[in-house]
Amino acid sequence: MTSLLGYATISMILFSIGVIGVIARRNIFIVYMSIELMLNAINLFLVTFARYHFNMDGQIISIMVVAIAAAEAAIFLSVIILLFRSKGKLDTDVFTVLKQEVE
Amino acid sequence: MHTPYLVLIILAPLIGAILNGGFYMYHIKKKPLPELLFALIGTITPFISFIFTLCLFLEMRSTDVIFHQSVFTWLDINGLVIEMKFLGDKLSIFMAMFVTFVGWLIHIYAVGYMKEDEGFGKFFAYFNLFLASMLILVLADNPIILFIGWEGVGVCSYLLISFYYTDAQNVMAGNKAFIVNRVGDLGFILGVVTLFFALGKTGLDFASMEANVGLATTSTLAVAGFLLFVGAMGKSAQVPLYVWLPDAMAGPTPISALIHAATMVTAGVYMVARFHFLYTGIEEIGLFIAYIGAFSALLAAVIATRQTDIKKILAYSTMSQLGYMFIAVGLGFYSSGLFHVFTHAFFKAMLFMGAGAAILALHHEQNIFKMAQHRVYQPIVKATFLIGVIAIAGIPPFSGFFSKDAILAAAFQKEEYLIYGIGIFTAFLTAFYMFRLYFVVFVAPNGHDVHYASTDKTISFPLLVLAIGAVFAGFLNFPAIFGGEHQVDTWLAQLGSTTLHMSHATEYILMFASVAVAALGILVAYKKYGKFDVSKPEIEDGIIGNKFYVDEMYDYLFVKSLKKVSTFFDKVVDDKVVDGMIMLVSREFVDFGKKLAFLQNGNVRFYALYMLIGMSCAFLYLYTTLIGQ
Repeated sequence: MTSLLGYATISMILFSIGVIGVIARRNIFIVYMSIELMLNAINLFLVTFARYHFNMDGQIISIMVVAIAAAEAAIFLSVIILLFRSKGKLDTDVFTVLKQEVE
Repeated sequence: MHTPYLVLIILAPLIGAILNGGFYMYHIKKKPLPELLFALIGTITPFISFIFTLCLFLEMRSTDVIFHQSVFTWLDINGLVIEMKFLGDKLSIFMAMFVTFVGWLIHIYAVGYMKEDEGFGKFFAYFNLFLASMLILVLADNPIILFIGWEGVGVCSYLLISFYYTDAQNVMAGNKAFIVNRVGDLGFILGVVTLFFALGKTGLDFASMEANVGLATTSTLAVAGFLLFVGAMGKSAQVPLYVWLPDAMAGPTPISALIHAATMVTAGVYMVARFHFLYTGIEEIGLFIAYIGAFSALLAAVIATRQTDIKKILAYSTMSQLGYMFIAVGLGFYSSGLFHVFTHAFFKAMLFMGAGAAILALHHEQNIFKMAQHRVYQPIVKATFLIGVIAIAGIPPFSGFFSKDAILAAAFQKEEYLIYGIGIFTAFLTAFYMFRLYFVVFVAPNGHDVHYASTDKTISFPLLVLAIGAVFAGFLNFPAIFGGEHQVDTWLAQLGSTTLHMSHATEYILMFASVAVAALGILVAYKKYGKFDVSKPEIEDGIIGNKFYVDEMYDYLFVKSLKKVSTFFDKVVDDKVVDGMIMLVSREFVDFGKKLAFLQNGNVRFYALYMLIGMSCAFLYLYTTLIGQ
């Protein structure tokens, strides 16, 4: 029981760190890494509960998440390159084109 | 007795109005139609009405029956039935007789007067509509139907006063007439409502109201009688609601002749006579009516002595004569009042038509002194005008003498000496100002020859017919003192009028007095205006010339103050308070929105934060509720 609680706590801490990273940091790479951190926190959750229940489904899903995260990394990195080319910066506060000015 | 003809009397001019209106629309939209078409429709339909009325009159004379016709049920609310029902008793047939007859003659006159006018067809459409409304008013069997006619004539009067609508002055006069009448109509409506509460349970038609009038208390009846008379004040141009009548002369002259002299303005007198059963029981209100009439007669006569517009002089004389009629009906002498309505219709319509013919010959000049300067010789107009003037002045044996003398004698018999005094003084003034008008327009030397001007046959024919009426109509109610039979009084016996009974000596003295004052008035007028130098015209100045500043007073008291009130409501209550409140709410929403828009700064990091906050709240809620179970 203690080990389950420990794993869950760790994964929740990791997830929270990810969330705070997305919200608080301005560097796109750090934001990306925080997103990956959240994904892996969820993976840890899935694996923990799969092991706890002696059911392989969770492990399969976590493998899938890893695969999708790899594919996503490829797209994300190329998007970051494009963003950098357009503005010359990696600061998220620069990319506010969806903002509408209030008169 | 049921008869199918009553409604036809009304339908004939109504159909005429619809046809004329329809053809006029075609005339202006598609292709022009000849005037003759409108003239034929316009003159034949009143004649048909007249013939039907005459038939009913003759039958009534021989068989002494009362005609009824129920056309359809108009309202049926929870047992209260109001039928579109018409009544042809002696009073209404008497009124309908001369309304259709004089109306028909004036329609003929209008053919000549309105010749080559743009709105010829429209004029006849309105004119026929007026006649139909007037006949509804006269033949109505209950006050509700009477009110339809009452409003109908008001609308037609408004439409016809502002007939030449391109001139703002005429439109204002039309509005004034309509609005002042509206004040009176409110009184009329309230009067009918009072009657409805007092007598409505037993039926609202005149016959059952007359039968059950005893069920209501005297005070209720007094209120109803007073309110109904307020309506009559408006329609019949009595103090204080008379101001519209002189301005109403802005309309074409046939209108002034038919609506504002012969028929519509007498509706108030007719209405009081129609409610005679009501007024018989409330003598104080009757006396009030008589005093209002006397005061109106005097006021109008005094104003008329200083007016310079021929039609306005005639308008004030109409108001003055209406005052006489109200003296009579107020004192309970209904048949005398109606007899004066009858004779007045003849000579006043004729006077207006004569004035119209003269105005027409002088290219619409209405100032009597300028008319004198450019005088033309129209023998028929001059002769008939003289007859009319003599008749209204009250010189025997012309019709005005008999009817006016009967009213004055009535006031004397009732021992209302103040009213009698006012009446006799007004008679003097009447003779004076009417002969002033006659002498200035037709007699006073203007220093050059006058040319003969031909008069259209459509104008001279009605003038001649009415002249005969103006001379001889008085003999219909020839007083017993001269061996007469009081035929009109006998015919209208149903009204229960007070009868005249006094010693022959008194009657002779009264007659002599009224003839003497009339003669005196003529003499004074002759002295002053017989040789008047028309190149130096009088102007309307002084307190009398300015009509006692009543118009200005009303303007100040009612129009200006109402305007102030409505400006206050517009600028302060609406603009500031109501709009302010609504705008405050909307402005708050806009400001709040602007503050919220600050959150949407386009930065993804902040959106993620909002999402986090939102989801945290949602989960917190779910968590607490789930734990709560």
